[in-house]
Amino acid sequence: MSLRLTALAAALMLAGSAHAADQIKVGLVSTLSGPGAGLGVDIRDGFNLAMKQLNGKLGGLPAEVLIADDQQSPDIAKQAADRFLKKDKVDFMTGIVFSNIMLAVGPSVFENKTFYISANAGPSQYAGEQCNPFFFNVAWQNDNLHEAVGKIVQDKGYKNVVIVTPNYPGGKDAVSGFKRYYKGKVADEVYTKLGQLDYAAELAQIRATKPDALFFFLPGGMGINFVKQFVSAGLSRDTQLFAPGFSADEDVIKAVGGSMLGMFNSSHWAHDMDNAENKRFVADFQKEYNRLPSLYASQGYDAALMMDGAVRDVKGKVDDKAALQKALEAKRFKSVRGDFKFNTNHYPVQNYYLRAIGKDANGRVTNKTMGTIFTNHADAYVASCKMK
Amino acid sequence: MTQLFLEQALNGLQFGLMLFLLAAGLTLVFGIMDCINLAHGSLYMVGAYFVAAATQAADSFWIGLGAGVAGAAVLGLLLELSLFRQLYKRDHLSQVLATFALILIANEAVRVIWGAQPVMLNPPDALAGPVEIGDFFYPAYRLVIIAFGLAVAGLLYLLVAKSRVGMWVRAGASNREMTEALGINVRALFTAVFVFGTALCALAGGLLGPLLAVQVGMGESVLILAFVVIIIGGIGSIRGALVGSLIVGSVDTLGRALLPTLLRALLPADAASTLGPALASILIYLLMAGILFFKPQGLFPARA
Repeated sequence: MSLRLTALAAALMLAGSAHAADQIKVGLVSTLSGPGAGLGVDIRDGFNLAMKQLNGKLGGLPAEVLIADDQQSPDIAKQAADRFLKKDKVDFMTGIVFSNIMLAVGPSVFENKTFYISANAGPSQYAGEQCNPFFFNVAWQNDNLHEAVGKIVQDKGYKNVVIVTPNYPGGKDAVSGFKRYYKGKVADEVYTKLGQLDYAAELAQIRATKPDALFFFLPGGMGINFVKQFVSAGLSRDTQLFAPGFSADEDVIKAVGGSMLGMFNSSHWAHDMDNAENKRFVADFQKEYNRLPSLYASQGYDAALMMDGAVRDVKGKVDDKAALQKALEAKRFKSVRGDFKFNTNHYPVQNYYLRAIGKDANGRVTNKTMGTIFTNHADAYVASCKMK
Repeated sequence: MTQLFLEQALNGLQFGLMLFLLAAGLTLVFGIMDCINLAHGSLYMVGAYFVAAATQAADSFWIGLGAGVAGAAVLGLLLELSLFRQLYKRDHLSQVLATFALILIANEAVRVIWGAQPVMLNPPDALAGPVEIGDFFYPAYRLVIIAFGLAVAGLLYLLVAKSRVGMWVRAGASNREMTEALGINVRALFTAVFVFGTALCALAGGLLGPLLAVQVGMGESVLILAFVVIIIGGIGSIRGALVGSLIVGSVDTLGRALLPTLLRALLPADAASTLGPALASILIYLLMAGILFFKPQGLFPARA
């Protein structure tokens, strides 16, 4: 009897196409332990803050957020994602910090026809030839913040620049992004070991080169090591530091402090941006977690709002993939960065801003928005994307 | 050019002495007590966090350094009494497993207490900038590290080679039963060595904090370098640790400074920019392999 009932229920579930779901499930896989954890924790906290403000609902439906730690390993991330996809049958996935992990997880998510809303990783592959209807990036394409730095270094008239980045694919991408808009002389390109601790040898070379500006992209602890050592070597007197927003966000400032004063960086979002959504986000985030949000937190927050808007738009019928894709593309939410739209490759077309590190009214060292670098800027790969 | 060369030489010395602070404690525990302590890097991390927390509480780097190192030494004492004492007699595999577990526990404990984001630890204001001698610049804080490294090296030399306690330690290491028969409490002695090793390690963490990111997992990257040093120097030998550190520090620094330039002169720019950094980063491992080939016990084997 019960067997027959189960079979009947199963048949009904299969038959009933695109009726409103009674619950939305989200699988959040992120780096929550180890050296890269600061980034993943901020994405998670931003996402959870949005869920709290939405009373635990997405598009008006009760939502469950399943969270897994990928320990910064592609294998572990893939296992966790497969569990969410096959066993928990999630409606959305999000959370991955690092592009190499994203590229490992992507294929099984897309094969399962589940929408992935990236709150950080923006690999060029998924922006260009391998773009996919089920992949959306609510943050940026990896090159964008580097391009913005290149543009501002060019515009400010610096003529002799040294570039420092780790010797790995992300570092090479940063250099090509920077050089796409900086056309002046590159005095030296320094490639360091990934995870390098001591930069004394490189700093001595840089001193001998006498650059007027220095662009570095050293994620996580490497950037902190570098800035501390750069300032203690006295190089900040003659050389202006530039970095993409990740190397100069609140997490890094909290660890380095006053040494970073005067440093320029680029971002698509800043905590002092003047719009109602952002003010509420920044105030609530500080109340909830007792620290300033970073750009990662804003991206996690936006990812949740994006899902909320799309589910509301399709009236909970998340099984109608074509309609859900349209709703996601239409961007039915108000981002904390202000208005933006999605390009044909599902990456943002948005403004990029110049931020400088200074002291706020309370004497706290933090980022201040100084102006706009790019308006409605698209990534460089969209032309090779043939979205099906 | 002379300025650049002098600066790089000082950098090599400073990096070497920084490694020595770490390797000294590791080689004592590994060589004398025959205990592989993978959690050495975790003690270094915990030391840095203790110093950072104490510095923020006391608003003085030097008080923070003293308090943080003392706190880490107490932690070392508790660890030795509760865990390591049980491990000395076990085989190396058990030691590796137990101390690897300690790494995971320490990382997560630090994350729970201080959060996942790096914490702040800066040098005292007076040492934050460079020292200028004519045209020559050198970071003042790096000179402090050189001074501490030399002082610790001198102190260890006196302690191990010239003092009675040092003699007991060396005797206890080479023949434990015989030393006990002579009326020396080897158990207490090993506890003291372990606590001393932990304090050195925390000192390294606290001193390096102002140059490096104080964050979860900072111990592992440094642990590998410390193992390279003691393997080159000979396990258990303080002299070996000092020489090994200086060799590794200089080779790594000079490699990073000179190799890219050298290769650029010899090879096309594209190949040089790929090969240079890769070669510079494996240079010390090549060196280690070379030394092990000719001297499998390291340069100064403790039990020759």
